[in-house]
Parts: sequence; structure tokens; C-alpha cells
Amino acid sequence: MTLLDAAAAATPPRERKPVLEIRDLSVDYGYDQNAVHALQGVDLTLHAGEVLGLAGESGCGKSTLAYAATRLLPPPGVITGGSVTFTSARDGHGGDLLRMNDAELRAQRWRDTAIVFQGAMNSLNPVYTVGRQLVDGILAHKPRTRDAREQARARALELLEMVGIPKDRLGSYPHQLSGGMRQRVMIAMALALEPEIVIMDEPTTALDVVMQRQIVEQIMQLKDELGFSVIFITHDVSLLLELADRIAIMYAGRIVEDASSEEVYKMPRHPYTAGLLHSFPPLRGPKRDLAGIPGSPPDLVNLPTGCKFHPRCPYAFDECKLTDPALGPTRFGAAEPERQVACLLNDERVAPGPIPLELGVRPEGDRIA
Amino acid sequence: MKFLIRRVIFYVITAWAAVTLNFFIPRLLPGDPVQSLINKYQGRLSTDAIQSLYVLFGLDEKSSLWDDYVKYWTGLFKGDFGISFTYFPTPVSEVISQSLPWTLLLVGISTVLGFILGTLAGVGLGWRRGTWADGLLPVANFFSAIPYFWLGLIAISLFAVIIPIFPASGGYEGGLIPDFSADFIGSAIYHGILPALTIVISSIAGWILSMRNMMVTVSSEDYVTVAQAKGLSERKVMFGYAARNAVLPSISGFALSLGFIVGGTLVTEMVFSYPGIGFTLFQAISSKDYPLMQGIFLIITLSVLVANMVADFAYAVLDPRTRQEG
Repeated sequence: MTLLDAAAAATPPRERKPVLEIRDLSVDYGYDQNAVHALQGVDLTLHAGEVLGLAGESGCGKSTLAYAATRLLPPPGVITGGSVTFTSARDGHGGDLLRMNDAELRAQRWRDTAIVFQGAMNSLNPVYTVGRQLVDGILAHKPRTRDAREQARARALELLEMVGIPKDRLGSYPHQLSGGMRQRVMIAMALALEPEIVIMDEPTTALDVVMQRQIVEQIMQLKDELGFSVIFITHDVSLLLELADRIAIMYAGRIVEDASSEEVYKMPRHPYTAGLLHSFPPLRGPKRDLAGIPGSPPDLVNLPTGCKFHPRCPYAFDECKLTDPALGPTRFGAAEPERQVACLLNDERVAPGPIPLELGVRPEGDRIA
Repeated sequence: MKFLIRRVIFYVITAWAAVTLNFFIPRLLPGDPVQSLINKYQGRLSTDAIQSLYVLFGLDEKSSLWDDYVKYWTGLFKGDFGISFTYFPTPVSEVISQSLPWTLLLVGISTVLGFILGTLAGVGLGWRRGTWADGLLPVANFFSAIPYFWLGLIAISLFAVIIPIFPASGGYEGGLIPDFSADFIGSAIYHGILPALTIVISSIAGWILSMRNMMVTVSSEDYVTVAQAKGLSERKVMFGYAARNAVLPSISGFALSLGFIVGGTLVTEMVFSYPGIGFTLFQAISSKDYPLMQGIFLIITLSVLVANMVADFAYAVLDPRTRQEG
């Protein structure tokens, strides 16, 4: 695929239906003035059928975002503002998850939004059989009819088969399954009610690389068959570049760049994104020096002023210490309508000069004057 | 199945060892029952009387320890524990069968009640951690820290002496004959309320605390979050996922306390002069009544073993991970 093709793919002419719109979402850990601001004004949109990757270093708020968007945040996490609006791409039902009452929320969970968690080992209740755990999730969302249990069981068998687990494993306890099988069971469980959104929080972290590949391939194959949207959370940017349609890069509880994965890989606009790309070997093409990002992620209790990345940023200028950039259009404005970045270099009014070469790559190869 | 057989064999061997120890320990104690009677009568017994006492208790024949041991075992299988010295000539089995039901009912019911109430309260407190409910914890701690005999004495002085609504001692009204009449059962229940309450109060706090702490630990497990994410009802998540796993450590503690129902009630029964097995044991020890002591020790040992076995099997039923295969 050439760069031109990639740019064309990034701005598709077809209409994109948003299924999940996260607006201005903020999360604190703690209740008083010492609270840690784990998320600040996060905006993110997931479109129907899309795979949205969420990447960043450990502690940048990726998982917090997933938990907050589903209202599963454990105490002392508190959602301090914003909205998370679900709109079904199938029949248009939905609403703001953060304003639903408990009954509405319970009905919405799993039917519309399912989650596969990080810990494949601990996601299953050790004292119930796999079958029972598949069935109770299905039954919680079905009317109580006489043969509901029978149907749920049949569905559970179907699901196991779908993820390639022998049917007789339905009666197994989690400790009798391998790590990979358990994660497959979790994926089967997530798909039980054919949800429109599946959030995957580092689903392959606890598995070895071979198993990782199998699981990821299976997820993508099931996605093509069943047509759900995916939010895929990982710190593994190279994995996202392969499977995500769009990637949002997070830093210190904020989204700093949001673009198609092809664009992120070939034409990063934020210095942090560029740094991430330099911290693993290139997927294709000639080898280059691995650079990494100097320094370490900021302490969320004691964040720097202005742009949170400026102490580690090779391109920082004076204004970066004062102004915290908002997520907005790139320096190339209308030429990249689908891209967003939070970096003052993209603000012509304050930027000291033209955008640095590395952050200003254009598909045609031209650069802004 | 293999697991079951292995456990049963283990318990049979343990029971044999316990019974054997039970045979030897009293015989290693200094003195004998005739000596204690002589002391009791402060030298006012003639040598003939002493000799006839030895014959009476069967202590005159110088039989070997091994013969005694074999006799002891054959007696056990016939339910014959010998004849009590203090309640002479009542057989030990009869003394025990008269006192055991009192202990089993009183302490059994209050132990089970304490466990159930405490565990349920612990589930609730653990589930709603960080709310006003946490304020109950110091209260629970306070009651669990009070020595039991003192709690019992306070209860008697408050509710039997200062405000005389409950009887201070005994298991039933003095004039009644133990039978299954409504009068007798009513009287027995009335006498049991105060000791039962003190047992529940002193034991409940422990269950609350351990269950609450396990609930807090288990609530942060991923599978509880998954259950929430699945949209299961609050009750299902709380009991089926959180409490179901949190209760496992409490189960073994509970089974142990069941085993101590028979043996650990000495203080309760002394404070309330309750006609149970603890009170009988106390009397047997103070009068060196070997057969009765042995009989009671045996019952205590066996009940601890049975309780352990029940705990093992309950654990195997509740936690599939402990069912070792192969």
C-alpha cells in the first residue's frame, strides 16, 4: 500500500456511524483535593465496525478509560464529568451510560458492550464450571421462559465451538483449562449476546507470543464474521499497527493523538507518538536505530505545567511550559480532517517555526512552508 | 472417588492414634482414684475399706498394660466405657448420653447461628466497604476481645440478677423431669437463651471480621468485575461470585469450631452451671474419674475428627480446585 492509498483509506467517503461517543470524560482516584486526575477531558469516538486501538505507556490511563466508559471503575475511582453515549448501529437504541439507572445499566451491559479483561487467569470464577458462567450471563438478559436455560446451554456450546474449544469442556472448571483456553472462553463469553462493542483490555498480555497471535487472529476473524466494533487496549503499538483501523495515543490521562493506524505509523504528528514508534524495530523496511523516549512517564500526583509531555519532548519550546494543548486539528488543517493531535507545534499562532521534519511528513512528500 | 477413599483412610488412622493416646494419657497421670478417695476422707478409711475399694474399681488385678489396652478396645466396640467412679455405679456411657445432648443443642445451635449471622453480616459489610457500615467493625472487635467468662458473668449479673428476666443457672426448672413435654422443652429453651446469646455474641465478631476481609479481597478479583460487566443482578454477583469464594477460608474455621462444640464449652457450662459435657468433664477431672475422663476425651476427639472430615468434604464440594485427581 502506498502512502497515497493510505491517505485515501483514512478519509473514507462512506458515512461512519458512531456507536460509542466519549465526551470530556474525567476520572479521579481519591475523593479530596489530593485526588489523582487519572483522566482529563478525554474525547473519543468509536464507529460501527471499527477497530480502535488505545495505546500508551503503563499508567497513562488506558484501562481507566475502559473501566470508566463502562462504569466498572473500582473505588476509589470516581467519574467527575463527561458523557459516554452509546447509539446502536442496528436499531438506534442507546443513551448516556453515565446517566443510566442501575437497571438500565445492567440491561445495557454485555448486551451492547462486552469486555475481555487483562487477566486471563482471574477472569473466570474458580468455583463455577465454564458452562455455568457462560449460561448465567446469557440468562441475565433473556426473559424467563421455560426453555430459556436449555437455549442458553445450546448457545454456550455453540460459542465454545466458535472459539475452537471442544464441547465437552463446558463442564470443566477454569483451573482445568490452559491460559489460552481460558482467554478463548472469555472471548466466547463476551460474544454470547452478540454485542455491538467489545472492549479488549490487553487480552493477550498474560499469554505467550504464539498464543497471542492465535488469539488476536481469532478476534479479528470473529469481528469480520459478526461485525462488532472493538476498542483494543494495549501498550504494544506494533500489534495495534497491524490490527487497528484507528489508533488513539494516550499520555498522562489525555489523548494526544487520534488518527488512522497507517497515518500514525507513517506520519506521526505528536512528538510522543514519534517517540513510541522509535521504541520498537520497524515492521517493514530498513532497520533504524531504536531511540525510545527519554525520562519516565509523569507522576499523576505531580503533573508538570502546560503540556504534560514537555519535560521529555525534544521539540519543546517556551510556550509548552505554559499552555496545555487541547486535542484539535493538525497543522495541515483541512487537508487532514480525520486527524486530531494535542501539540502546540500544530498551532501556527504559537509554534516557533515550521513543524519539524519528522512530525510533518505528508503523503505527497510536501511540507508546509 | 480416590480422593474420598484416601481421606477416609487418613481419618481411620488418626482415630486409632487418638484412641490409643486417650488410653495411655490418664494412666500416665500420678495417683489413682482410691488415693483421691482416701484424700477426700482425710484418712478416715480403714485399710480393709481401701482394699475393698481397689477390688470394687477393679484395680486389684495387676493386669498388663497390653491386656488393658485390648480390653479397652473390645469395650469400645460394645459401647462400654466402664463404670464411672464419681457417679458409681452408673456406666460412663449413660453419664455421657445424659450430658451430651445438652451441650450439642445449646452450643451446636448457637455456634451455627453465630457463624451464619456473622458470615452474612460480613458479606454485607465487605460488599459495602467504605460506607457507614464500616463503623460497626470496632463494635464487633470490642465484643470479640472480651474474655468469654467475663461476658458470661456480666450477662448473668445484668439479666439474671439486676433485671431478673432469665434464670442464672441450670438447664431446666428444678422440679421438672426431663421428657418431651411442652413444659420441659419450654423450660429448657428459656434456660438456654442467656448462655446461647453470650456464645453467639462472643463468636459472631470473629466471623464478621474474617468474612468482611475476605469479601474486600475477593471483590477486587477480576471475575467479580466480569460478573458486574455481564450485567448480572447485584445479588447474584454478591453471593454467587464474591461471597461464594470469600466463604471458603471461613469453612475450615467453622468446621473446627464445630469440633470444639463438645470440648470447648467448659467455661460456658461452668459459668452457667449448665448440665452439659464440659461440666461433667470438669467434675471427672477433679475426682480423678478415669473411665469418665476417657469416655469424654474420646467423644471430644472423635467429634473433632468428624468435624474435620466434614470440613474436608465440604471443601471438596465447594471448591473444585481441592478435588485432586489421580
